[in-house]
Amino acid sequence: MSGQGLQDQAVIAGIAQSRFGRGLEETEYELACDVILAALADAGIDPSEVDGLVSYSIESSDETAIGKAVGTGELTFFARLPFGGGSAPASVGLLAMAVAAGQCSVGVAFRSRKRASRQARTWTRHGRGGEVAVGEEFSRAYGLVRPTDEVAMLARRYMHEYGATRDHLANVALACNRHGSANPAAMSYQRPLTREMYMASRWVSEPLCLYDNCLESDGALATVVVSAERSRSLRQTPVYIHSFAQGLPRQQHSMVNYFNDDPLYGPSWTCGRSLFARSEFQPQDIDVAQIYDAFSPLVLLSLEGYGFCKRGEAGPFTEDGGIEIGGRLPVNTSGGSLSEAYIHGFNLLVEGVRQVRGSSPNQVADVESSMVSGAEAVGTSALILRK
Amino acid sequence: MSNDTAVDEFGNELMLPTQSEVSAPFWEMASKGVLVVQKCPDSGRLLFPPRPRSPFGRRAVPEWVSVTGKGTIWSFVVPRPPLTPQFAAVPSYNVIVVALDEDPRVRLVGNLVEGPDAPINSVDPATITIGEPVEVVFGKPLVEGTTLPRWRRVVPVAGTSGPDGT
Repeated sequence: MSGQGLQDQAVIAGIAQSRFGRGLEETEYELACDVILAALADAGIDPSEVDGLVSYSIESSDETAIGKAVGTGELTFFARLPFGGGSAPASVGLLAMAVAAGQCSVGVAFRSRKRASRQARTWTRHGRGGEVAVGEEFSRAYGLVRPTDEVAMLARRYMHEYGATRDHLANVALACNRHGSANPAAMSYQRPLTREMYMASRWVSEPLCLYDNCLESDGALATVVVSAERSRSLRQTPVYIHSFAQGLPRQQHSMVNYFNDDPLYGPSWTCGRSLFARSEFQPQDIDVAQIYDAFSPLVLLSLEGYGFCKRGEAGPFTEDGGIEIGGRLPVNTSGGSLSEAYIHGFNLLVEGVRQVRGSSPNQVADVESSMVSGAEAVGTSALILRK
Repeated sequence: MSNDTAVDEFGNELMLPTQSEVSAPFWEMASKGVLVVQKCPDSGRLLFPPRPRSPFGRRAVPEWVSVTGKGTIWSFVVPRPPLTPQFAAVPSYNVIVVALDEDPRVRLVGNLVEGPDAPINSVDPATITIGEPVEVVFGKPLVEGTTLPRWRRVVPVAGTSGPDGT
């Protein structure tokens, strides 16, 4: 445990999730409180001991709201992370840094989101009052309106450059569905997807079809981070935060990364380089990975960026069950955003923890190392977790 | 500048570019039918989207320069509903990314259309291919002060005058 930097100094000691679904009764605020309390109960830590709190910049319940409802202690560290889907691993990574640096001792990271209703999707707010950000000035007015359109543009170019096919995109959707349809907590539980169903489904943004797009979900999740030393007296098997990295390439444009030298060199490349430089595990050593999958092409781009295969080779990497349980690298073993729930990647993080604990609904045997990534296409982050 | 309640011919609220101080010259010149991008005065490198300083030179304030408006299609998509009403009203429209001939690293998002004022869905998307040469055209303003650069084929393709090829 005497590795460099942050290595193995902090652990994830508690996890929790709400139900996932459409139209959950509770508010985002209520869901956030419930999962934070449940994660602390899972860890065996009283809420009054919480002194660190991290979430996403777009989280609707702020630190004061959480504090007065769950009864946190005096907060000595709090921070928010930009870029939505890039944030889940970093929310834990920031707490690990804060714990290791002595800025707090019990940190909670959480995300609560109800976006199953159409009105909850930001792209439906349009016109000048519709929060068209400066970075979208040169794309939205042309009808490149939704995140799926923005990613479809990169996907078409990727397919053109490397010969990847819709069958490769389908492999991602089918792997997630195989895992999600066997996960009782997943929205796709017992709802198997076939290649025929995939190919026959409607376009959402050609070349992406319905099943290349994540679910629209309501739900919340939380994790508890403490020092390795503290974790020894707690009830759960400690899940060590072995390596943490963030990544934002030079000249990157969020989602519409068409404006730089090499648009297919995305945040995963930057993040992956730092992640593995700080890790005793290299890509070939990783036993299981949760890879951000709001859209299936992001998984192909991420497999390359994190070094699981060479550039342009992610399509073939997914062939013959390559990213399913029993394959080269089991990916998104709870179903991911495509088949479990879309909670901005936080469910991927919690599944990454379960794989180390040995409590996944699709448990990979003898997991020593578990990787979790945030979203490709925006400033992102990743973790390597270990036993 | 555009107003808050601009609508299309069907009464759908238009999604308009949020013009910023740094990008204003792009839209001013587009209204005059000229495509401009920024240029680093030091390295000569073209810059897009606009920014207040160039990262590629020491004399960092970028200049605005006109470009020929010739390029090739780098990628394209065909968005399908659910969409905002403005775009749901024009089925099978395309969105393309054009790499400029002057520097293919400079790419602009736009629409491939039959002509300057043709509908956004005037080209059959099934006929679009990556690498096709295109050139910029300017039609009527979307609203006062906002004209979107659009793109048409340099080499016409037979049977492409409508979404159904009719």
